[in-house]
Amino acid sequence: MFYREAGQFKTTYAEDNQIFPIKQDRIGIALLFVCAFIIAPLVAPSYVISAILIPFLIFSLAALGLNILTGYAGQLSLGTAAFMAVGAFASYNFVLRIPGMPLLLAFVLGGICASLVGMAFGLPSLRIRGFYLAAATLATQFFVVWCLTKISWFSNNSSSGVITAQEITILGFPFHTPASKYVLTLSIVVVLTLLAKNMVRSNIGRSWMAIRDMDVAAEVIGIRLMRTKMLAFAVSSFYCGIAGALYAYAYLGTVEPEAYNLDLSFRILFMVIIGGAGSILGAFLGSAFFILLPILLDFVTHGLALPTSVSSNLELMVFGGLIIFFLIVEPHGLARLWQITKEKCRLWPFPY
Amino acid sequence: MKLIKKIITAVAVCSAMASISSAMADEQYIPLLSYRVGPYAAGGSGFFGGAIDYFNFINAKGGINGVKISWEECETEYNASRGVECYERLKSKNGGASLVEPLSTGIAYGILDRLADDKIAMTTIGYGRSDAANGKVFPYVFPLVTSYWNQAAAMIKYLGDKSGGMDKLKGKKIVDLYHDSAFGKEPFPVFDALAKQYGFELIKVPVAHPGNEQQSQWLQIRKANPDYVILWGWGVMNAVSLKTAQRNGFPREKILGVWWAGSEEDVIPAGEAAKGYSTMTFNSPGNYPLLDDIRKSVYDAGKGNLDDKKRIGSVVHLRGVTAAILWTEAIRKAQDKYGKGHTMTSDQIRWGFENLNVDEARQKTLGVLGMFPPIKTSCDDHEGSGAVKVQEWTGDHWKAITPNWFVGDKALTRALIEESSAKYAAEKKITAACLK
Repeated sequence: MFYREAGQFKTTYAEDNQIFPIKQDRIGIALLFVCAFIIAPLVAPSYVISAILIPFLIFSLAALGLNILTGYAGQLSLGTAAFMAVGAFASYNFVLRIPGMPLLLAFVLGGICASLVGMAFGLPSLRIRGFYLAAATLATQFFVVWCLTKISWFSNNSSSGVITAQEITILGFPFHTPASKYVLTLSIVVVLTLLAKNMVRSNIGRSWMAIRDMDVAAEVIGIRLMRTKMLAFAVSSFYCGIAGALYAYAYLGTVEPEAYNLDLSFRILFMVIIGGAGSILGAFLGSAFFILLPILLDFVTHGLALPTSVSSNLELMVFGGLIIFFLIVEPHGLARLWQITKEKCRLWPFPY
Repeated sequence: MKLIKKIITAVAVCSAMASISSAMADEQYIPLLSYRVGPYAAGGSGFFGGAIDYFNFINAKGGINGVKISWEECETEYNASRGVECYERLKSKNGGASLVEPLSTGIAYGILDRLADDKIAMTTIGYGRSDAANGKVFPYVFPLVTSYWNQAAAMIKYLGDKSGGMDKLKGKKIVDLYHDSAFGKEPFPVFDALAKQYGFELIKVPVAHPGNEQQSQWLQIRKANPDYVILWGWGVMNAVSLKTAQRNGFPREKILGVWWAGSEEDVIPAGEAAKGYSTMTFNSPGNYPLLDDIRKSVYDAGKGNLDDKKRIGSVVHLRGVTAAILWTEAIRKAQDKYGKGHTMTSDQIRWGFENLNVDEARQKTLGVLGMFPPIKTSCDDHEGSGAVKVQEWTGDHWKAITPNWFVGDKALTRALIEESSAKYAAEKKITAACLK
């Protein structure tokens, strides 16, 4: 009843092209921004900020990066965590070795390093696809982590390969409290998400989708395969690199290369699958599902006063069951469920 | 309407009761970042089970000078981000966490930077950053009992003694078969320095995680034909190493494992291939009066945490009990200074950790004489001991084969600790100083 676009006419191209064409959506997103930028940092307890919101945003960004590559360009990748590691270690080294290096620039340079690595390891995608490509990107995962533990220069000769992220200071303002780190992370994620959204709506995104749907046909209509695929790898790895740098700087602080292991890659891939491949919103929903649900289940199983040995296992079982349930009910992920709900709302109370 | 009223009154009564109970209880709250599922569940359930058994025992005896211990578990799955979430969730509950022990390198790193802000002490017993022993740079981190570097130095000392003197190591070949991770690379500075000093040849052979296939590594080892193999392994890698060594005809008497390769869970899967294999340990295996007391007053009362009573006194369980003893001793120490019978703040407990003194007399009172080396900490030395023993697997139980605690070249490890912690301090812009 309230979610209706009747009476909202588009009279210019700009209006027709906006990201949220429905007024109610715009109001909703504005409210969300007010909550996220102003209310949350002021009101939310530090537990919520530093243990839930920050990792949620970081994993969303990583899932977004993978979603560009897998969901939009159709190239399956198992190397997400490796690209994150490259971003983190590169940023660390830029700050460490170049005096006076601004941190945000170091993040960007770290992201660029990640995209270079991504492009190098994306080359096989020109010849192979699907599972075979997944196996090739698996090599990235092992190679990068091996490389970072093997070559001690990357970790400033720390004997165990562990890096300690420097303090975050931007323009003289120290980001020390969880709330300030959260605002920084949120700003970076919002800017990058906006960029990604516009990318996938534009020429570039359409050529990615053309390749995803059928690369031979895409080539026939004049899309240059190599350039487009390489671009997808570069952009995706850039996002993952930034996410990895934030993971080290805004979240964990001290990281060992092992933190970016295959397990993390899989988790991000599952976030994309659960959230919805080929959807920007899906990256956020998937990440929220993976972060919030285990915590929620943990609260529930603890609330039932079960012995911990039982509740820990129960939590895993329920989580696994829910994943299967969601995939059977909606194989296109949570983003699709959200879309269906919205469509239902528009017709309510008179569906045909 | 009536129903709503009922619910409201019920909630009000409940919350009032909750606030009363938390106000009247003089309790010391300890969060437990445990892991009971996933690949390391066996270690996690044993260790945290041991700690909880000791808490129950202390509470049954009336607590620490009357202050009971309360605790809450949170499942980390050995995963760094889950662990950080658990830490953040539990740290401010029930009046604030007394201390924290994640038993996971990744989680320990993840919360390392948060400790100073939260003023909570973290113990990393037998793992983690070795350089954290320097309390001037890491005031809130306590790698109690012994660290990787001291273990590595002790290993070489033991191998030297076994060969008939440290000078006999000259020209010997020692293979370091290590888990290719931060954990496996931790001892390199010590091994490299000692190899140079004593003139033995050090061959490093990495095993990629998880290490369930090691044929090529053991072929390489057989070709090199070393005098000793140091097994710096973790998880499934250990049993596979022992089995592959047997298949390749390498005598297991020449293999010396790290303490994470020295629990029942590591050797039982290897079966016969493990008999006669020896590892480092910071607990002397065996039975102690305390364990009998725990069996009697905790397990017979149905409060035991382990599902299988046979695991009482197993290596990981002993480690858990040891950890809990050290925690409660630190709290006791803090109470001596800041007021007996009161709940201590985490900062006071930090002081307790820094001034811990569990000597043999104290161990005897606790009923654990010889279970772990005597520990005396200070601001300079957050480790407190550095001594270890060597134990051998007889086929059904571990047996200590060095009668006394011994240490390796502590001067060397001290220099490394100073150097490495100074670098950390420079990176983080910390001015090294003792806390009061």
